[in-house]
Amino acid sequence: MNIIKIEHIAKIYQLGTQEVKALADVSLKLDKNEYVAIMGPSGSGKSTLMNMLGCLDTPTSGIYEFTGKNVSEMTDNDLAKIRNQEIGFVFQTFNLLARSNALHNVELPLIYAGISAQERKERAEKALADVGLEDRIHHKPNELSGGQRQRVAIARALVTNPSIILADEPTGNLDSKTGEEIMGLFNELHEKGNTIILVTHEEYIAEHAVRIIRLRDGLVESDDVVRKRYIPIKNNLAKN
Amino acid sequence: MDFSQIFSVSLNSLNNNKLRASLTILGVVVGIFSIIVIMTIITMLQNSIENGVSQLSKNTFQIQKFPAMMGGGPGSRAKFRNRKDITMEDFYKLEETLKGVKYIGAEQWQFGKVIKYKNLSTNPNIQIIGETTGGIQTNDWHVEFGRSINEQDVQYSANVCLIGNDVIEKLFPGIDPIGQTIKVDNYPLMVIGILEQQAQMFGSSRDSRVVLPISTFQNIYGRRSRSVNIMVMSESKENYDDVIESATGHMRTIRKVKPGEENDFDIFSNESMISQINVMTGGIKIGALVVSIIALLAAGVGIMNIMLVSVTERTKEIGIRKAVGAKRSNILTQFLIEAIVLCLIGGFVGILLGVGIGNLAGSFLNAQSAIPYDWVAIGLSLCVLVGIIFGTYPAYKASNLDPIEALRYE
Ligand SMILES: Nc1ncnc2c1ncn2[C@@H]1O[C@H](COP(=O)(O)OP(=O)(O)OP(=O)(O)O)[C@@H](O)[C@H]1O
Ligand SMILES: [Mg+2]
Repeated sequence: MNIIKIEHIAKIYQLGTQEVKALADVSLKLDKNEYVAIMGPSGSGKSTLMNMLGCLDTPTSGIYEFTGKNVSEMTDNDLAKIRNQEIGFVFQTFNLLARSNALHNVELPLIYAGISAQERKERAEKALADVGLEDRIHHKPNELSGGQRQRVAIARALVTNPSIILADEPTGNLDSKTGEEIMGLFNELHEKGNTIILVTHEEYIAEHAVRIIRLRDGLVESDDVVRKRYIPIKNNLAKN
Repeated sequence: MDFSQIFSVSLNSLNNNKLRASLTILGVVVGIFSIIVIMTIITMLQNSIENGVSQLSKNTFQIQKFPAMMGGGPGSRAKFRNRKDITMEDFYKLEETLKGVKYIGAEQWQFGKVIKYKNLSTNPNIQIIGETTGGIQTNDWHVEFGRSINEQDVQYSANVCLIGNDVIEKLFPGIDPIGQTIKVDNYPLMVIGILEQQAQMFGSSRDSRVVLPISTFQNIYGRRSRSVNIMVMSESKENYDDVIESATGHMRTIRKVKPGEENDFDIFSNESMISQINVMTGGIKIGALVVSIIALLAAGVGIMNIMLVSVTERTKEIGIRKAVGAKRSNILTQFLIEAIVLCLIGGFVGILLGVGIGNLAGSFLNAQSAIPYDWVAIGLSLCVLVGIIFGTYPAYKASNLDPIEALRYE
């Protein structure tokens, strides 16, 4: 069974008389433990697709089956539960709570998972340490650099130990060294059996993935398995 | 997600909007204050009466021509005036026939008199009270120095009197008053005893008085000038109600009230005074409740407005919360609790102000300080109710936002 299966998905925005096809007609099947990079020019519909996969957005037409169940038939609470427990989402624009510090931002999904304050704090601190931000946990987003904010967003996505990670340009604001470190994290998760889908513009980031899907004008341009499996990075993560 | 978590999320966001929050709760403060301040004063007055600072001592009731408190609008006084006076003869007949009595006495009062001693005189605020010996006992008055009035004094209309402390202060600075002669309306009376000091009631001293035998009183002010008040102390708490009942019966016989006719006298006790106060204050209470409910409704509309603004402003926050797994119900409770907490903070401030200012005002009436706990509880419940009523719609709106739309909101 595919954990993700979309068939003839379209997302059309009606702006006045103009019709914008963010996604024209996309069909995809993803299995458990896949490692996929989605590439394509700006405006090709990558973020739209990711939002769809992350159960945040609904398609104009087409069918989305998540672990065999039709998403359009799920209740709000079912979707909230999937977003909370099965999917870790890294937004292109981070989407952090502006008035809360890094720790509280990372704790947020755990609050809605009903985890105790003590355990929440420990797990959030661990997740922040994993992305090299152990000394920035009390900083608010406006007291962090763009790259640091991105890493808070990544920590928040990983803190619930989700089986599927959807990351929209997770290294977009990072220098290549930090970017590689983050990719090392993803690689590790992939090795543990998690499913990883990431959007990137960088070929060297995409090279970590096993499968590369290229979008153009809301359509799948190519979908290739580029190698049998990823090559593990040997060096340990340097901590900031 | 447990309650304390939602609660701290709510508190946090209120903390980020302090000024706006405090302006919003002003209406709630006014609403709660208005009811609590009035209830505080009423409770203080009631307590003062209930705690025995009242006119009547324990197990005592009073029979008089006029009711203790007159309501009933114009004309009602005339109706009572037409009643026959209660005479000393009535009293003696009742004294003879009434059973189960510990003490029974009669008294008459004159107010605002000037007392003279040599060239000194008091302010015109002295009460002149004629008593039988039983009357001094039903009033629970005690003589501290000298002797009290006895049966012979009453029988022979002795020109003697007992005086209170205020009279001594005015007329006998540094002199022993016992044995001296004072003048009450030019009538000479010898001081034979000094009354024990009594606590003030409602700001007026109860020591500016002169007590004399009721027969002497009637010599000064005329036998038929006024109706006498009869006071009865029952033997015990248990037979109190029975004694009231049989006293009513005896008085009807003595005064020849025909069966089926209304009593031509009034009986009142502490209990009846309290219930009359309750009747009188009932209207004030309802008025205060109406005012405060109107203020709370107005405040509620303000709270709804501010919550709607807040939901719009925090659309992105709501989107983020939903994106990481908040359910509708999580968002709904968060905003609902914010509204309730806002109202409760206003309620607490209103209660503090109301109890504080109420006690201050009540203390000018010399009433015992009090907190109207039942109304504090009612007030806080009203706050919660207002929070729920006016917070539900904004909270519902927040919970219904589409996650991706909310996330895109700038
Ligand atoms: N809410 C919206 N209303 C109207 N048009 C939209 C909306 N969201 C996206 N679009 C349009 O859909 C198209 C795809 O947008 P999308 O964000 O998916 O692009 P992308 O591939 O992620 O681009 P980038 O690499 O710049 O992030 C764009 O042309 C965009 O203008
Ligand atoms: Mg994008």
